Amino acid sequence: MTTAVTILPSQQLAALNDTYRKAVARKRLRFTIATAIFFAALVVAAIGAEVNLRTFFTYFGNFVSYFDRIFTLENGARVWTDVGEWFWGWHKWSLLLGETILISYVGTLSGAALAFALNFLAAENTAPAPWLRIATKRLMEFCRTVPDIVFALIFVIAFGLGPMAGVLAITIHCVGALGKQYSEIVENIDMKPVEGVRSTGASWISCMRFAVLPQVAAGFASYTLLRFEINVRGASVMGFVGAGGIGQELVVAVRKFYYSDVSAILLMIVVTVFVIDIGTGWIRGRLFGRDRHG
Amino acid sequence: MTKLPMPDFESLHARHPDVFDRPVSARLATPAMLLGAFGVFVFGLVDLDFSPSRFLSGLHQLGWITLMMIPPDPGSSLLAYLVALGETLSIALLGTTIAAVFALPVALLAAKNIVPSNIFRFPVRRFLDSIRGVDTLIWALVWINVVGLGPFAGVLAIAVSDFGAFGKLFSEAIEAADSKQVEGVRASGGNALHEIRFGLMPQVLPVIAGQVLYFIESNTRSATIIGIVGAGGIGLQLAEQIRVLEWQKVSFLILMILVAVAAIDWISGKLRFAIIGRRAVA
Repeated sequence: MTTAVTILPSQQLAALNDTYRKAVARKRLRFTIATAIFFAALVVAAIGAEVNLRTFFTYFGNFVSYFDRIFTLENGARVWTDVGEWFWGWHKWSLLLGETILISYVGTLSGAALAFALNFLAAENTAPAPWLRIATKRLMEFCRTVPDIVFALIFVIAFGLGPMAGVLAITIHCVGALGKQYSEIVENIDMKPVEGVRSTGASWISCMRFAVLPQVAAGFASYTLLRFEINVRGASVMGFVGAGGIGQELVVAVRKFYYSDVSAILLMIVVTVFVIDIGTGWIRGRLFGRDRHG
Repeated sequence: MTKLPMPDFESLHARHPDVFDRPVSARLATPAMLLGAFGVFVFGLVDLDFSPSRFLSGLHQLGWITLMMIPPDPGSSLLAYLVALGETLSIALLGTTIAAVFALPVALLAAKNIVPSNIFRFPVRRFLDSIRGVDTLIWALVWINVVGLGPFAGVLAIAVSDFGAFGKLFSEAIEAADSKQVEGVRASGGNALHEIRFGLMPQVLPVIAGQVLYFIESNTRSATIIGIVGAGGIGLQLAEQIRVLEWQKVSFLILMILVAVAAIDWISGKLRFAIIGRRAVA
């Protein structure tokens, strides 16, 4: 079957083509300029970061062979041929991993508690006074912009070496990160229940407890679980600066070239992160499932 | 004033048995969970050597440190700090770009609508997951062993750890793309590459660009810390000054980081808006 395609007269076509080309040309020009600026920035960055492709290509073999080495035992055999020898320190490492998870747990919970106390002050619709809201927001911003490991470095000096510094660092970071997410949830609630409770003459605290909290509890729990998962990852490197957990062992193994230990510890960390990931996912599913069914 | 009639509790009870007579297990579930969570918390406090006296003396110390931080003062090394900050920004920009360039093809392999076969997609996904499970700082340690101390190791560390994150995010963006445009390209006789280039890319590129910008922003934060293990940037200076207890310089460096992050935040916000705006126009 054939269909006739009508072709417009040539003057009309020329005019249409002209406007089309103009429109496209402007877009292309903008795109080209943006790309050029981007590449210029990349080149400047490459010079700034001392990128040296020659070293990269000379030593790239090292990167591959590094993975080869960390999967080789002292006697030259592959690690999986002798699992007992590979995971010789599993008892010590599991205890340290437990400590890592505990650091993350305690840090997340205390951070969540503080964020919970602060977030109603930071949310636009529940803040009792504008100056209080701005002050709280700035405080949270500060807590989350300074990386947790910097806090850990300072706390190690103030509180001494050990997991306490790690817990406090995670707590502070958590206050900033969770406080922001919590207050965003609170800003999205339905305000009618709040008006209802306020019309009965309730105080600000009663309004929060009976009108806001029931709406936001599930969201809060979900974000807290997500943060816990992120913090397990963060706590695994706290040991790098002496703030407890598995990181200490890992950094020693890497620096002293105990190759098979590196792979064993890394594997344990990755598996732990997976398990926590799946576990919190399951709990989140349960929580939301329960809420949906009332 | 009229008085409302007293509610008839008997009939209410009969009509809503699930409100009045919840089983004991359901009534106790929430308190039990809270109690369990609190129990683990207390166990954690004990196990991690928390003691009130240690906490108080630490707070006392922290108070002194904070006092000594005021006023922030770079001393005579302002120029060195600015160079270090530039290095940090370079690490973030380069690392993120490299990660994005390498992650795009892998993300295509991990997307359900490009590679329908589960056998092939599953290992790619798990591979990306395990890269993400390892923290950037650990990658930095590994790369320092390979290319030596310095910012280049930092670039590679950010590139590798972001590669995992981007692979996942990009493949999700690709899976969310509308399949009609791909079908349209196929109907007009395009091959598989044409489908990806003209059907898929125009849809996913703005999303991807937004994510890349967001990561440049968050990587400025990560890039400040990888210096702590020796991979260049402002973190190196920061860790050094904390170790020698030069608190005024520490507070100055922290302020510099805050300002830089806020600036990048603002710029990338503008750019993201520009990109999304352009998509709405085009």
